[in-house]
Amino acid sequence: MAKKYVGQRMTRTEDPRLLTGQALFVDDVDLPDMLHAAFLRSDHAHARLKSIDVSAARERPGVVAVYTAEDMGDIWQPGPPLVSPPPTVEDIVFHSRTQVPLVKDKVRLAGEPLAVVIAESRYIAEDALDDIAVDLEPLGAVVDLEKALEPDAPVIHDDLDSNLAAHLVQQKGDYAAAREKADLVIKRRILIDRGTAAAMENRGIVAHWDEKSQHLTLWDTTQAPIPVRNGLAGMFGLSPTQVRVIAPFVGGGFGPKIMMFYPEEVCLTWATMKVGRPIKWIEDRRENFYATNQERGQVHDAELALTRDGRILGLRDDFIHDTGAYDPYGLTVPLNTQCHVLGPYEIPSFYSDLKMVFTNRPIVSPLRGAGRPQGVYVIERLLDIASKELGIDRVEIRKRNFLPPDVFPYDNQIIDQAFVPLVYDSGNYLPILEKAAAMIGYDKFVKEEQPRLRAEGRHVGIGIVCFIETTGIGPYEGARVTVETSGKISVATGVGTQGQGHFTSFAQIVADQLGVSPRDVRLVTGDTAEFHWGTGTFASRGAVVAGNAVHAAASSVRAKVLKLASKVLEVPEEELELEDGQVRVADAPQQSISLGELAVLANPLRGAVEPGTEPGLESTDYFGPKYGATASGAHAMILEVDPETMLVEIKRYVLVEDCGTMLNPLIVEGQLQGGVGMGIGSSYYEQLIYDENGQLLNASFADYLVPTASEVPRVEIAHLETPSPLNPLGTKGVGEGGCLPVPCLFAQTLEDALADYNIEVLETPMSPNKLFELLEAARGAGRET
Amino acid sequence: MKPSPFKYYAPTTVEEALAHLAEHGYEAKALAGGQSLIPMLNFRLAQPSVLVDLNNVSDLFYIRPDENGGLLLGAMTRQSQVEHDALVAERAPLVHEVMPQIAYPQIRTRGTFGGSLAHADPSAELVAVSIALNGRFRLRSQAGERWVPADEFFVGLFTTVLEPDELLVEVALPVMPPRSGGAFLQITRRHHDFCIAGVAVLVTLDDEDQCEQARLVFLSAGDGPVNARQAAEMLVGQAPTPEAIRAAAEKAADDEIDPGSDIHASAEYRRHLAKVLARRALTQAFDRASNI
Amino acid sequence: MNDLFTVTVTVNGTQYERTVEPRLLLSDFLRHELGLTGTHVGCEHGVCGACTVLFDGAPVRSCLMFAVQANGHEILTVEGLGTMDDLHPLQEAFREAHGVQCGFCTPGFLMSLVPFLEENPDPTEEEIREAISGNLCRCTGYQHIVDAVQLAAEKMRT
Repeated sequence: MAKKYVGQRMTRTEDPRLLTGQALFVDDVDLPDMLHAAFLRSDHAHARLKSIDVSAARERPGVVAVYTAEDMGDIWQPGPPLVSPPPTVEDIVFHSRTQVPLVKDKVRLAGEPLAVVIAESRYIAEDALDDIAVDLEPLGAVVDLEKALEPDAPVIHDDLDSNLAAHLVQQKGDYAAAREKADLVIKRRILIDRGTAAAMENRGIVAHWDEKSQHLTLWDTTQAPIPVRNGLAGMFGLSPTQVRVIAPFVGGGFGPKIMMFYPEEVCLTWATMKVGRPIKWIEDRRENFYATNQERGQVHDAELALTRDGRILGLRDDFIHDTGAYDPYGLTVPLNTQCHVLGPYEIPSFYSDLKMVFTNRPIVSPLRGAGRPQGVYVIERLLDIASKELGIDRVEIRKRNFLPPDVFPYDNQIIDQAFVPLVYDSGNYLPILEKAAAMIGYDKFVKEEQPRLRAEGRHVGIGIVCFIETTGIGPYEGARVTVETSGKISVATGVGTQGQGHFTSFAQIVADQLGVSPRDVRLVTGDTAEFHWGTGTFASRGAVVAGNAVHAAASSVRAKVLKLASKVLEVPEEELELEDGQVRVADAPQQSISLGELAVLANPLRGAVEPGTEPGLESTDYFGPKYGATASGAHAMILEVDPETMLVEIKRYVLVEDCGTMLNPLIVEGQLQGGVGMGIGSSYYEQLIYDENGQLLNASFADYLVPTASEVPRVEIAHLETPSPLNPLGTKGVGEGGCLPVPCLFAQTLEDALADYNIEVLETPMSPNKLFELLEAARGAGRET
Repeated sequence: MKPSPFKYYAPTTVEEALAHLAEHGYEAKALAGGQSLIPMLNFRLAQPSVLVDLNNVSDLFYIRPDENGGLLLGAMTRQSQVEHDALVAERAPLVHEVMPQIAYPQIRTRGTFGGSLAHADPSAELVAVSIALNGRFRLRSQAGERWVPADEFFVGLFTTVLEPDELLVEVALPVMPPRSGGAFLQITRRHHDFCIAGVAVLVTLDDEDQCEQARLVFLSAGDGPVNARQAAEMLVGQAPTPEAIRAAAEKAADDEIDPGSDIHASAEYRRHLAKVLARRALTQAFDRASNI
Repeated sequence: MNDLFTVTVTVNGTQYERTVEPRLLLSDFLRHELGLTGTHVGCEHGVCGACTVLFDGAPVRSCLMFAVQANGHEILTVEGLGTMDDLHPLQEAFREAHGVQCGFCTPGFLMSLVPFLEENPDPTEEEIREAISGNLCRCTGYQHIVDAVQLAAEKMRT
């Protein structure tokens, strides 16, 4: 059956609503008698709570209630761990410490909530925060990752001996032997620091407990409504059927909008039950910098052992990962790092000692890339340095180490974030790299244009890097497809949507199966009343896992349609086709019946449903991949630096992406461009800067520099496809791929542009100031040529 | 992030506005464009108990020629109006050049010429430009009025000589001497951010193509704008050769400015940038002066 | 401190009269007093541009104004630009060029672009990027937005 819509650059069905301001976001929810919440947050990053007095706040006119941890009684408990430690790794040390709804005894990060005020307006609630008297005894703050492990470091979790949150070693082959045999060993320290998602929409919740119907409704900007619903039901002793979590239109997720639970989700739920009125809390931008999870802080000591012709014999990467004050997300992020240092390369021996530490900083959980960019940075930087030292071209050295296309599925012999062996399902890396090199004109630039520009005194560099990306992991997602009596199709799936275009791309899948227009397919996502089995939108898995569940359900419905139509039209199924909302006899198209009529016939008012069948034309199906599908790509850019001002200008940016079968290339390109935009941000503009007391120094958009249209270049995109054998659609994820290799590409290109200074960029994010220091050091050491 | 409560006045005349300021003194803040003040109110970094809104004082919105070939601007004149005004382009080309670099169009719709000056952000373009152009500011209170030269108006971080009961009501920009050239350069991390270093320059050539006068005013180089008088003095009476320009730039950057360090730039990097920008701006300004 | 002020303001052609606290931000007034939730709030300190509306025809950050300052003035929000059945050419173009992902920043972009295109009916890519540098988008990387503006300019010229 021909694909008509999957693969089409269709414009999105949901756009008119978004474009005209008619789309519902959480802060647009307005319920009668609704109250507003504000949280008092700690100024100190590490402190003992001696006392808190909210009596004055309670007296303020317009304040309905003020609650502290003590008020919450038995409900108060640390949140459940979202991701448990991998059982498949031996000798693992893991201490699970999760966040609390309100501070009871100890503050562990600046911004941790101490009390919640419920008032007639957000304005009054904020006024009341000043009425609350808090006595905090400051303790020394732990901010530096290495200092966190020193014997005299203040301990953040009192019941532990140290700030070590986890320790595990993964290895394969024999790195020590590889090192012995190597002609060259590159050893470097690499520093990576934090950024935040800074979605345009901050988090928000409207919680409504209806006492009469004993039902809780939560509008929540979460990326994972189903786990939140199940978790809240469990926590508050409700049946999941009494809880409805709705993630309406969400203004960007990027990872940090998944938690179970953010303190505010627990507090609002508890408070609406106590107060008996709906309560709204909308995070403001300043809060977002503390109260929403962040990511990327790591320190690596990495080593690459190679032969003189650039073949990798082994890789060692010992690193410390900063999990922040708590670790609800387990080892997901650092495991991703540990896996992605292997890249698309054949690495016979590998040793990686991973230590995860607690610090007095906001919680770390996946942020677009989820630990992968750090791994990609390490391997690509080591290869670049090896390329210089061995005198082998950067493209050439990568080619020499690629896994060939006949090794798939390829078992890397270590475990990944989903606690299963890291297996690459499919891929073909050489054509991707070659295409990227061709698109940017690599050879011509290096041989002709760059020498000419350098002779003119200009500092223009070219860079090219590649990567793989694990995507589309389980456990599973589900979807329900229903043919309505109108002839339109309704679909429900549990994942939420934060701009990825699910409403359109999934409709395209259904349209191909049922022979309708995607515009006649109405999708609901992210509402637990519509669909309540599944996990959420993260890890580049929406299209792969939910998309394939939609495909499975649509296929099941197609089978039902054909079966029923065959009976009704009295024609064998093989002679029928579905097109334009009709089921037709292929050679006699006037013999047809519409899907709507068929739907009526499938649910007779009289006559029993036969045993083993169901009424209607509806099916619910699930898809759970054994392991994730592996996307891959290469990015290249040309950039000019002014070595007097340190300002950069990106002249060209190209990327080649293999995300398997594309559902909608327009949407894929949007994801890639957006990913590159975030990647540029984390390369030269964005960094969360904390002082030694754990205070964030740039908690506003004036000082945390999200790139604008003047900083993000036009991206030229090409696609290659190695369809995944793991799912019927052949798709791989693409939500994060755009940002993975940007920081290491930036580093390589800067070094190339400033080749006469002979600098090494081993830190990300970079900044003009850091570049200045590198150049000054080079000038001082006389390395400038 | 919502502001604390305040008492609000919306006078329609300067006299009314001054009366409110006289009554409330330090408790009151004048609200001009609000593009700098309202973010501070929203963050609760400023919590004035009285806000005197000047946006309805129509007498403060104007751009007029003065009889000597210069310009008079009412303090509340919108930055967007200054940006598009033909008289400004003709009589104060450096202002005309700088306006589009100030933040974004949406900010300039509300932001005012005088508001930026009264707020005295050390990285504000108009602060440096008004000093470079030898501007003068008219201040009024209920007690009377006084004129203050631009380079005496700014005395510290976000601090001017304005008393709590005073308003900046007018800015006078004198006619540029013949054979003058101006230049403005700044380094921002993102397009139109607050600069990490910047310089406004005005130079004048005499009949022998030697420098007759010069002004170099640095942004983000100290608590307030820095008028590098010694560097300027070095150029007077000299031919503006690359060596003379370089020497002046070095003098200014090494000896006259006092940049601080923050998360965006260290003092060393700022000093380095100041030197580079001064050199480039002086070169450009002298080129423009000689091309007239 | 608790003085209330009456605000009479015309929004999208309709006149409204409300009594408000002076500290009520214009963004909150539009969204919650008038129920026009198309204007979004991203930062409340004037950087992200999501709250941009037209004030007497010119683009302003509604988070940096008080509702009382709108008394006697005219405002255009995204709801006044077009409807789902009758999109403004700029909205059409955003859709065709895939300039919308999550849609949160979109109203701010649209309202900033309306006056820009009026003054610049044939903008270059560089001029467009300059014009939208005061609006942050985290989803698109801006490219399809730039394409949308060029497409809109074309539509509006014919």
